[in-house]
Amino acid sequence: MAYSKELIDHYENPRNVGSMDESENNIGTGLVGAPACGDVMKLQIKVGADGIIEDAKFKTFGCGSAIASSSLVTEWVKGKTLDEAATIKNTDIAQELALPPVKIHCSVLAEDAIKAAVSDYKEKTGKKGNAAAE
Amino acid sequence: MTTKSKTGHWTQSTPLYLDYQATTPTDPRVVDAMMPYWTDKFGNPHSRNHHYGWEAEDAVEKARESVASLIGANPKEIIFTSGATESNNLAIKGVARFYGDKKNHIITCVTEHKCVLETCRYLEHDGFDVTYLHVKENGLIDLDELKAAITDKTAIVSIMAVNNEIGVIQPLKEIGAICREAGVFFHTDAAQATGKIPLDVNEMNIDLMSISGHKFYGPMGIGALFVRRKPRVRLVPIIHGGGQERGMRSGTLPTPLVVGLGVAAEIAAKEMTAEAERLHGLRKRMLDGLQSRLPEIYVNGDLENRIPGNLNISFAYVEGEGLMMGIKELAVSSGSACTSASLEPSYVLRALGVEEEMAHTSLRLGLGRFTTEEEVDYAVERIASEVTRLREMSPLWDMAQAGIDIKSIKWAEH
Ligand SMILES: Cc1ncc(COP(=O)(O)O)c(C=O)c1O
Repeated sequence: MAYSKELIDHYENPRNVGSMDESENNIGTGLVGAPACGDVMKLQIKVGADGIIEDAKFKTFGCGSAIASSSLVTEWVKGKTLDEAATIKNTDIAQELALPPVKIHCSVLAEDAIKAAVSDYKEKTGKKGNAAAE
Repeated sequence: MTTKSKTGHWTQSTPLYLDYQATTPTDPRVVDAMMPYWTDKFGNPHSRNHHYGWEAEDAVEKARESVASLIGANPKEIIFTSGATESNNLAIKGVARFYGDKKNHIITCVTEHKCVLETCRYLEHDGFDVTYLHVKENGLIDLDELKAAITDKTAIVSIMAVNNEIGVIQPLKEIGAICREAGVFFHTDAAQATGKIPLDVNEMNIDLMSISGHKFYGPMGIGALFVRRKPRVRLVPIIHGGGQERGMRSGTLPTPLVVGLGVAAEIAAKEMTAEAERLHGLRKRMLDGLQSRLPEIYVNGDLENRIPGNLNISFAYVEGEGLMMGIKELAVSSGSACTSASLEPSYVLRALGVEEEMAHTSLRLGLGRFTTEEEVDYAVERIASEVTRLREMSPLWDMAQAGIDIKSIKWAEH
């Protein structure tokens, strides 16, 4: 299978690998996928007081396409509002990385990871009554 | 690295070949021996009327003797085919069709190659009963389970000699003894075993044996089936025609390929012992090297009862295909689902009871005739550094380091 230049670049030089403290109030964490299925993505966002995503980090267990998809979305979500971030579509990811058809599920998982991180953040801040951040 | 291996297939632009269970390069001595049979000695080995035919026939019969001698058979018991897929089809369907009226039961095992499993499935559709024996954690069948599965309806037991993914060697002699005592034919798919381990069809009571040229440094597109004459095994042919190969496999034999198979067998007979010893050393070097650099790596399948040129390792918390992309300087194969069209990880590893998540992290490393110490060291270095890099990127590795049991998490299977 021949992979695109973009995909290989994200795989070889992944952006924003790492973790942030899950217990912090301004961090949203999404953990999606399953080890038995061969891919697990952890995506974290750090949200500023203005509701803008300041930083994003990921860790991924999976094939090259899964790693590249998560790396790409960490770049894309930075500087976006939560609502903007939630509009990122798997098809955009698949197109940017030129994913082959058998790898489309990796982009779906990356979209799910963003949604999960955003909803984790909202749930956290909602429960704690910290609505200002939204 | 710019070093070339002996056959010259490792250069900076081509990856280092560590996939000897997929196929082997044709030995240059085999190629040399084949050459004249494409051009000068091009006769049809079945032409009985002139020099060209006789010359080709002599070459074919010499090759038949070489193949027979490698497995302790009589040359009359060797049928040339296109490869192990065809041999397995012919052996199992052939026996089933000939004896099926009285005996409609077949025994095989869950870790067989697809060409055996699919042949059995096909026969099931045709009304045959098939028992698929399980394997133990080490990849070997349980002999008591085999004994218990044999009935007076059993026509044939088909158990592979060596598994293509994990390299484990089944207890052929014991299986042969059980089958002979029960009066059941014993077929073995020896595609991965021929030329790698000593095989003797009489000592092991083997009635049918499949051989593939390209798995032991012979050409692709040629193989053989050993069919025992005493006690006689009878087959209904799959390919009908001019009645070549004692009527069991019609069609003009490809003389150059047959010659190649013969020479591959001669070389194997001469060099097998020394080669096995050398490969044992290389495999140990590889495994020791990886284990000294990486925690939490697991060998799949029995390490003792195993051909020396195979390693199959799960690198926990690192997905196999992701790993392969990082070690693109190495040509290896993975038991991860991602490498195949299906989304299931290797059915062979699953059959050993390897958890799906571990099956996804496996690599098959195949060493062979042209693998050098330097290549092994290079592979160890590449694999170890890439596994380390990917573990640092793996959320599962993090969890394991933090003492979180991955099984305690409720994952959304997708
Ligand atoms: C165990 C086993 N059986 C059968 C085959 C098929 O052999 P061939 O390629 O000669 O048809 C292979 C090779 O893939 C194999 O490894």
